[in-house]
Amino acid sequence: MAATPARGRSLPVLPAFPKAVKIALADTQLRRNLAKATTTIRAKRARVVEELADWEELRAAGAAIKDETLRHLDHYLLQLEEAVTRAGGRVHWARNAVEANTIIARLVRDTGAERVVKVKSLTTDEIRLNDALASVGITAVETDLAELIIQLAHEPSSHILVPAIHKNRSEIRDLFRRTIATGQDLSDEPKALAGAARAYLRKQFLSAQVAISGANVAVAETGTVGVVESEGNGRMCLTLPRTLITVMGIEKVLPTFRDLEVFLQLLPRSSTGERMNPYTSLWTGVTPGDGPEAFHLVLLDNGRTNVLADEVGRQTLRCIRCSACLNICPVYARTGGHAYGSVYPGPIGAILTPQLLGLERAKTLPYASSLCGACYEVCPVKINIPDVLLRLRGQVGASAGQWNPEAMTMRQLAAIFSSPTRYERAQRMARYGQRLFVRDGVINRLPGPLSGWSQARDLQPLPAQSFRDWWRERRQKTGGA
Amino acid sequence: MKAALFITCFNDTLFPQVGIATTHLLERLGHTVEFPETQTCCGQMHYNTGYQQEAIPLVRHFVAGFRDAEVVVAPSASCVGMVRDLYPKAAILSGDAQLIAEVDALAPRVYELGEFLVKRAGVVDVGAYFPHRVTYHATCHSLRVLRVGDIPMQLLRAVKGIDLVELPHVAECCGFGGTFAVKNADLSTAMLGDKARDVLDTGAEVLCAADSSCLMHIGGGLHRLRAGVRTMHLAEVLASVEEG
Repeated sequence: MAATPARGRSLPVLPAFPKAVKIALADTQLRRNLAKATTTIRAKRARVVEELADWEELRAAGAAIKDETLRHLDHYLLQLEEAVTRAGGRVHWARNAVEANTIIARLVRDTGAERVVKVKSLTTDEIRLNDALASVGITAVETDLAELIIQLAHEPSSHILVPAIHKNRSEIRDLFRRTIATGQDLSDEPKALAGAARAYLRKQFLSAQVAISGANVAVAETGTVGVVESEGNGRMCLTLPRTLITVMGIEKVLPTFRDLEVFLQLLPRSSTGERMNPYTSLWTGVTPGDGPEAFHLVLLDNGRTNVLADEVGRQTLRCIRCSACLNICPVYARTGGHAYGSVYPGPIGAILTPQLLGLERAKTLPYASSLCGACYEVCPVKINIPDVLLRLRGQVGASAGQWNPEAMTMRQLAAIFSSPTRYERAQRMARYGQRLFVRDGVINRLPGPLSGWSQARDLQPLPAQSFRDWWRERRQKTGGA
Repeated sequence: MKAALFITCFNDTLFPQVGIATTHLLERLGHTVEFPETQTCCGQMHYNTGYQQEAIPLVRHFVAGFRDAEVVVAPSASCVGMVRDLYPKAAILSGDAQLIAEVDALAPRVYELGEFLVKRAGVVDVGAYFPHRVTYHATCHSLRVLRVGDIPMQLLRAVKGIDLVELPHVAECCGFGGTFAVKNADLSTAMLGDKARDVLDTGAEVLCAADSSCLMHIGGGLHRLRAGVRTMHLAEVLASVEEG
């Protein structure tokens, strides 16, 4: 499969992260919603992970299975294609979003349907399938509650698992009153909100001819494809309509059915903080008289083989989209997902998006982290996110032009630090030069890029004596070593 | 034990009192402190900001300055984290087999102060006296790179007279993150705000940590707020004695 995703100069650069966060940081309602949601789910996850004595072994197994699969991805994908075809399904290969969307639109049109129901799927968000279908007159109806909420609000997702995490229940009530429950006296009780959504969705499920889903797993050995979910909307979509189209990133394949044992433990505990997710749907091709009559599996590259090419970056493809890294991340917990400018927010987005789109389009994302390392600790497949962030930062630094101010400063500092003489001279100069900035014994305003520091923090001036000066003075006094 | 002090450029220039406290503490416990004067900076800022090729000469410089040391002790978890966790990667990046071997030989002998005391020197009660209300912030690199666990708290609990109060959300990043604090200043400030709130909730007079950099960030914010809380490095608290 040729690895040429759509990329290049004509494609838009994502908004700079430091600017994009300003809106979120100033939104007190959003900050409160996010803090509440992430705190709750962190605690839930911690509880169900602690109770497993072999959690670390499970993580190691998850990482090892994924690494083995990625090392022989071509083999497992061909094996998957063969198994799915044998079981009565059809496999389609898409190099990029445009190819995937074209294939899916053609498949839907062939059925004559003008409306499809969808199981929550990040991959279809990644390729902007709903927009592509709309442009050819096909309406896509999201059936996951949170997906439905943001679809009705015309907003992008802000979380991998909980796309409407940025909204609280009274905001959702107001939205439903404007859209699917007009004229109804709707309370903001979760039960009432779910009831309104259920009444609307039930009609959609029963009348749809085509369903579109993503996939959490696909087993090369058997051709079995799987979706895990909590609401049962997935089960409806996967069993009721006549045609099922599943879009899956190529990294989701697993070698054997037995491998599910590991991932069906890692995923729900990391994701929703549950021991087991309420609905696990597994299907193998088509079965006459049971479920869809036609099954299509679209295998999507869209930049993934480029990620695979980098020896440090490729661990990113182990990701099972659990969102544990988002929930634990002190950056994500304060900004939410929109600032990341992509369907993949949080720490995983900060490493995945630049690799999928090309670093030149998302240069600020590898810096959207304090490198605190909390994401690595919770990752169920042990993706060393800080390491990949540093890899990407290294590529940004190496591509900085000769006259880039930051690069020039760094080069100068490296030259200073390489020589004790130059270093000590720089210390003396800094002590002298700081006089311009010290006011009433403190530095509270700094120029240029350093103004970011002084916007919220005072700085104590450099003391008159450095440690090494003290050390020398003491040695002279004692006359010894 | 003969301990080579890696003061770190940050403490050397901005917080010499942390180095002085470390020296006094180690000497009080019977160790011999050496200070290799050629030392400068470990290169963490370069490496973490993406100037990794530029960091390699600093890796070489560090190795040259400390290669003969029995143990290296530094009052900075993040700089020790750089040496132990990232030097091997930087050495590989350099493609220099000799540097790779030298880093592999040296890195395991480099200790953060608290680690050195408890794990290497086997002492928890260092004979300190500090009659103040103190809260301790577990910095990210001490916790998640060096995995010091509750070593600093063990040391602090053994301090005579101390009123040690637990910091809420103790393991959450304060928002410093090196150049992150400048590149993502708004976000760093938002994280600082929450950390400052937690510190104030403890009613502590002193905030203690194993990294001067994080303390400069949190302390700078607390000073701006005139919050009446001062920051002290772990070394300073442990170096305090009754007559002092």
